[in-house]
Amino acid sequence: MSNNVMVFAGYTGAGFKKSAFEAVSEGRRLANRLNGVLTAVVIGSGTKETALELARYGADRILTCDHPALEDFDPDRYTAILTDIVKQYPPAILLLGSSYNDKNIAARLAARLDTGAATECLEFALDSDRLVATRPLYGGKLMAQVTLEGTPQIACIRSNVFPIAEDMKAAEQVMIEPNLAEPKTRVVEKKLKNSDKVELTEADVVISGGRGMGSSDFSLLEKLAELLGGAVGASRTAVDEGWRPYPDQVGQTGKVVSPKLYVACGISGAMQHLAGMSSSECIVGINRDPDAPIFNYADYCVVDDLFKVLPALIEEIKGQQ
Amino acid sequence: MDIVVLMKQVPDTAALIQISEDNVSIKTEDVKWVINPYDELAVEEAIRIREKQGGGKVIILTAGAGSASATIRTALAMGADEGILISDPALENSDPQITAKVIAAVLNNVNFDLIIAGPRAVDDDSSYVPAAISEYLGVPLLSTVIRQEISNGKIQCEQTVQDGSIVLEANLPAIITTQRGLNEPRYPSLANIMKAKKKSIVTKTLADIGLSSEQKLIKTKIVSLAYPPRRNAEKVIVEGASAEEKAARLLNLLQDKAGIL
Repeated sequence: MSNNVMVFAGYTGAGFKKSAFEAVSEGRRLANRLNGVLTAVVIGSGTKETALELARYGADRILTCDHPALEDFDPDRYTAILTDIVKQYPPAILLLGSSYNDKNIAARLAARLDTGAATECLEFALDSDRLVATRPLYGGKLMAQVTLEGTPQIACIRSNVFPIAEDMKAAEQVMIEPNLAEPKTRVVEKKLKNSDKVELTEADVVISGGRGMGSSDFSLLEKLAELLGGAVGASRTAVDEGWRPYPDQVGQTGKVVSPKLYVACGISGAMQHLAGMSSSECIVGINRDPDAPIFNYADYCVVDDLFKVLPALIEEIKGQQ
Repeated sequence: MDIVVLMKQVPDTAALIQISEDNVSIKTEDVKWVINPYDELAVEEAIRIREKQGGGKVIILTAGAGSASATIRTALAMGADEGILISDPALENSDPQITAKVIAAVLNNVNFDLIIAGPRAVDDDSSYVPAAISEYLGVPLLSTVIRQEISNGKIQCEQTVQDGSIVLEANLPAIITTQRGLNEPRYPSLANIMKAKKKSIVTKTLADIGLSSEQKLIKTKIVSLAYPPRRNAEKVIVEGASAEEKAARLLNLLQDKAGIL
């Protein structure tokens, strides 16, 4: 039985997702405890050079599949390639990142190999060399410890939870010839805003707006987020009102974020919103209503008009820079 | 055009969740069950497609405990045509992999042109089932869709991604998952609630669909449940005579005390 760990490092044309580095770092820690080899797998177009970055986070071996036909994510193609790799280099544990694509591949691979898979993992322990993963249930109201049957044990991590740690290795790179499965879907059009904005779930700072915003004008939040290198989120109300796009929603029916700093502006703090942000390191609530439930969960409570507090905060930060 | 909606009933997101004595399941007595919010969008979209195409039926498929028939009935009252409930004591503490296998086994014997599902259920948040079904049945998956159009045996979908959207096309049969914004689910009218009582819900056991021992099927096993550590919020009131003073004080606190920014 192998004690090796494999990490599928999610790559986009712009580079690695942050959760790829988080997964490789955690993979290194698990490989150390198991005395195993850590293999990172990179699939995409133009990945040959970039893949080598993963040596810095502890990859002993970097399997790279670089082909122009892999520029757009295709679940069938990616799964076919990864299945071949897993069969050739069988790992005890396969870690993936937190994106939808990562979860898509994890589910397909688990179905193909008839093995256990868990998504949204927050912590890993080992029990006689088998993985015990901690993952949230019911929007974080409960924490479950789960074990995974079969090999490999497949687990997707949640963003912004596992620390990134440097541990330089003299990694060996192996190029993999892709087995190009026939894609079942075709891309007709891409409507991308092409910005270099930070992904909501990967941001260290999230500035969110709710009902108290009163309109779709989120420019103050955008400005503050830009100054702090963060992302803008929204409550369900703000999204339902059409003020912000659906992918920006934080909460049990939206995204779960765990940034270092979460600023809730004009958000009352409904249970389903708290499920999406209560694991943030530091929470600031800005709300005119001193009885808003958000203040029971905030580290810093600013009881005032957000349209007065935010401009002043922006000026203060600008003054310091 | 026959459409299958994969539906799951989940505890209301506002419900209090309590761990049972066995420490691996939850107390279900006082829980208010609802249709998984993403699946509600799926039911609505399926009905709209049937109305637009002017024919075919919408089948609601659920794998779960017996009480799920109440939520299937709600979907029938919205306008779905029939329900299939896979109910078996062996499914009590199942995992998403079993659910996917069970659903795929049923769908092998059902005619469909399209499957619509939520991308994830808000209870276990696995995001597992749609991709696994796509894998088991060999049908294309189009995820987190906000708009779809069907013509000439093809479906075109706009799916949300980070930073925008991508329009994808695939041949039918296919499986699509919903994203908030796809539609506004209707409330069942009283007349339709009455009508739904006469609609058929077929209940099947694992044996009926040719699957047996669950022990061999379980791949992701919950070994224990716990309440998360309570967040120890500092709850510091940021004082100041004006909004400006409070802003300055907040920045100060964040930098000096919290050590961020």
